[in-house]
Amino acid sequence: MPFIPHTPEDTKEMLAAIGVNSIEALFSEVPSALRANTFNIPDGLTEMQISQLAEQRAAEDSGVSCFIGAGAYEHHIPAAVWDIATRGEFMTAYTPYQAEASQGTLQLLYEYQTMMASLMGLEVSNASLYDGASALAEAILMAVRANKHAKAKRVLLPITVHPNYRKVVRAIVQQQGIELVDVAYNKQTGCMVIESLQTFNHQDISALILPLPNFFGLIEDVDSLTNWAHSQNIMVIAVVNPTAMGLFKEPGQWGDKGADIACGEGQPLGIPLASGGPYFGFLCCKLDYVRQMPGRIIGRTTDLEGKPGFVLTLQAREQHIRRSKATSNICTNQGLAVTAATIYMSLLGYEGLRRVALASYQASHQLLAKLVQIPGVQQVYKSTYFHEFIIRLPYSAGEILQELAKKGIQAGYLLSNDYIGLEDCILVCVTETKTPQDLTNFAQQLAAILAEGKAC
Amino acid sequence: MSEIPSDLKYTSTHEWVREEEDGTLTVGITDHAQHLLGDLVFIELPELNGEYKTGTECCVVESVKAASDVYVPVSGEVIAVNDALVDRPELVNSDPYGEGWLFQINPVDIAELDELMDADSYEEQFAGNED
Repeated sequence: MPFIPHTPEDTKEMLAAIGVNSIEALFSEVPSALRANTFNIPDGLTEMQISQLAEQRAAEDSGVSCFIGAGAYEHHIPAAVWDIATRGEFMTAYTPYQAEASQGTLQLLYEYQTMMASLMGLEVSNASLYDGASALAEAILMAVRANKHAKAKRVLLPITVHPNYRKVVRAIVQQQGIELVDVAYNKQTGCMVIESLQTFNHQDISALILPLPNFFGLIEDVDSLTNWAHSQNIMVIAVVNPTAMGLFKEPGQWGDKGADIACGEGQPLGIPLASGGPYFGFLCCKLDYVRQMPGRIIGRTTDLEGKPGFVLTLQAREQHIRRSKATSNICTNQGLAVTAATIYMSLLGYEGLRRVALASYQASHQLLAKLVQIPGVQQVYKSTYFHEFIIRLPYSAGEILQELAKKGIQAGYLLSNDYIGLEDCILVCVTETKTPQDLTNFAQQLAAILAEGKAC
Repeated sequence: MSEIPSDLKYTSTHEWVREEEDGTLTVGITDHAQHLLGDLVFIELPELNGEYKTGTECCVVESVKAASDVYVPVSGEVIAVNDALVDRPELVNSDPYGEGWLFQINPVDIAELDELMDADSYEEQFAGNED
């Protein structure tokens, strides 16, 4: 059989079977604004011409200084990371189907799990998931299965969790009878306050999501929030930036008993921004909940001759055995991205990660100090923050961002689409990649634009 | 040939039920079932004091190669679970009708027991063709 997915006849037959006239009609529910109708590429270009065109277009994206974080973070990636990750031996996107034949891949994933579990201060990690947002959705499904005290399948989801994560979570869990309850933040601090949670005392709730940092870059009072949740038999799901673990307390240490599950986006650990992906999600938990964990888990064992080896373990949870009752039916992991993250973590070590976090923390605080000196620029929340902060601009933030982009500065993420009350506010991120000159340039350019804006 | 004690009742999903003197029912999985599953590595026991209807899933037995649901043979409240299985799930393999029992139930209607199979019909219908 030739390796041709389907002939025009096959396509016709399949369309007829589902009662759709054309492929175009199949996608008709996708709004046209979201569809890439044309890439403006003339027909019949040679390989050389198409490379030149691609290079030209790629150049339009380079040379800008990026201060947009909002869930995806630019960090320096040592050259060795991708040099090693792209070796032929690692070139597979998945855990292999004949898993135990690929001891190298399994060993790498095992080491990834060890590093991730230790970074989160929890006992178990899986071999990764699709991305941060879907990892949070899986963590919620897991908590609803695991929390035997709760029957109502209600989950507290603070609105300081990344807006995109909340959308993805809603899409995945809402059809499964799970109710997501918004938790408001305090308008002065930008963080959750324990008083607003106490309205949920003695209610039937499966889990509380705790972001660190939250979407505004702020550090929530995770200790008292975790203790409150546990006092109400509510499980705690941490959704964290792994880089921040270099400076702030890991989920396993939150409160008296520690968060029960930790998840998040693994991209900051050596994965380039690359127009939005591929990234990977991580998921860790206490040993008590391992059988509710989705995804693959690699274990270490000894073979019949007593030699050490690596295996896929606890497979009875998974879809190829448990079918519709599996703990997850999206076990996809992101092998290549995880390979890079494992190499990144092993090259940096804990001390290296701490320095990356500290340098990002310091640079962001230096930039904010410069920005608030500009007339009309205000810091919105005075709470402790990691490497992102919100400033309010004196007039249309959208226009100011456009002006800065013309000067080669992607200055931040516009918050007005996601949050009421944060009109003309932007979320600015600074990592260790920004030099003191970059920070000065940002402040000078913004000051100049605002001075001009006032003039007219 | 697997063991099928004649004093027990059986279900088509391979649970056995013993009526105790105090009217409660002890439930486990049959020798035939443990044999098919292979070495058990984990047992998720039902919730103590949970109320279950006949035929609903109440616990999971997991072996190295499979995980199967265990169904409630007779409606009632779970009044005891075999905690020994948490650390020693292999008891189900070694002694399925004794130390490997799963849970005890206080039946709503003991007459439901009559709807279950006796040893002969279980053997004939479900456990006969064994290697």
